[in-house]
Amino acid sequence: MKLLTTNFVQCAVKSCNGSEKSYPLKYEDCQLQLEEQEFKPAFIIAMLQRINWQALVKVAADLGNNNLPAEKPADVENNEALLKELHTLLIETQITEGKMVCENCGHIYYIKDSIPDFLLPPHLAN
Amino acid sequence: MEKDEKIAWRFMDFYDTKRTSFYVSVKCLYLSVRQVVIMSGNLQPTKAQILKNLEAFKNVDTPEKKEEIYVHEVYNKISAHFSQTRYKPWPFVQQFLSELPDNLLGVDVGCGNGKYLSVNKKLYIVGSDYSTGLIQQARMLHKDEESNDILIADGLQLPHPDGIFDFALSIAVIHHFSTKERRENAIKEILRVLRFHGKALIYCWALEQEHSRRGYHDGMDQDVLVPWVLMKKQKKKKKNNISSIDKNKSEASDKKDCNTQNTESGDNVKPDTKMRYYHLYKKGELNEDCAEAGGK
Repeated sequence: MKLLTTNFVQCAVKSCNGSEKSYPLKYEDCQLQLEEQEFKPAFIIAMLQRINWQALVKVAADLGNNNLPAEKPADVENNEALLKELHTLLIETQITEGKMVCENCGHIYYIKDSIPDFLLPPHLAN
Repeated sequence: MEKDEKIAWRFMDFYDTKRTSFYVSVKCLYLSVRQVVIMSGNLQPTKAQILKNLEAFKNVDTPEKKEEIYVHEVYNKISAHFSQTRYKPWPFVQQFLSELPDNLLGVDVGCGNGKYLSVNKKLYIVGSDYSTGLIQQARMLHKDEESNDILIADGLQLPHPDGIFDFALSIAVIHHFSTKERRENAIKEILRVLRFHGKALIYCWALEQEHSRRGYHDGMDQDVLVPWVLMKKQKKKKKNNISSIDKNKSEASDKKDCNTQNTESGDNVKPDTKMRYYHLYKKGELNEDCAEAGGK
């Protein structure tokens, strides 16, 4: 699971939808792996526009990265160093194993072999 | 092979649900007969067998259990074989993806082995499927790609915030839900995660296809089971005399309910038929379901 994707997922339980605590999920006991990928600045800029920055900062901190600025950086177009850093963080960083916890309902989702599993047990499915 | 791979579609229109302004393009497909070609004729289940299975299907008491036995378990069992036959993107889906502006964010609900995830590498697509087996195939095939990611999820409970995706795909998926309500909810769920003015492309199998090999037609039961025959290689057992009984192997499974049958020992290769559930959409029905899902 790429770190970018953590910005697009939340708890699958219907009653958690809309709760501030169900997004982003809390990432625990994660193993990370870097996978080299082609650097596409235009793509990073486009993703940055839609990324929920606060959620990204929180997930990065869960994973041990406390270097992100508190506010979404502006004028990134000409800042190649920053774009490359974001590329490494968002696209090249894979979560290979770990847990994702919903802080609203407490449900734990697992990531195994880089694949997050969001299927719910019957009592949580509607 | 070439002509069997050709898939025709009956109608195509962009559907504006007005109140929500989601654009949903819905299309019905004729069943691909490619999977029939790779099976030899005498291994196909007989009509009586299919009817017997359909009876068993109808006796399963909840829609969830029906889908568990006749969709999820089947895809998990046939995933490797299924994936080998699903590598070529359908041209109209390919076209849809190719014409999207660069750097959009999309979701592919029921992505299977992920054959649409890397058609246009200038997009970022999150593919999800209920079948762990198919997602493992997707992982294998798309491991090193930067333009997509995959996850296991239920189409009725997508793990995404509202309104974040620019576009959504659901190709040959919604017809696997076994009640009208669940099919509508699956479409609602896709629309929920789609942004304002987002685009969804939804395909389902069509009922009216008299001229296809399977011969589905108007007036028949829209809930059908479609066989998938796996040729299972089995280990030789030293104690068994396997020479004379092999020839009758295809008849051995005749009397059984395919999805619950146990394989018998003794053969080198034996057919293993799995039945998948499909709801065949009538003309206009998918449009109605989309209106129902988007208009509320």
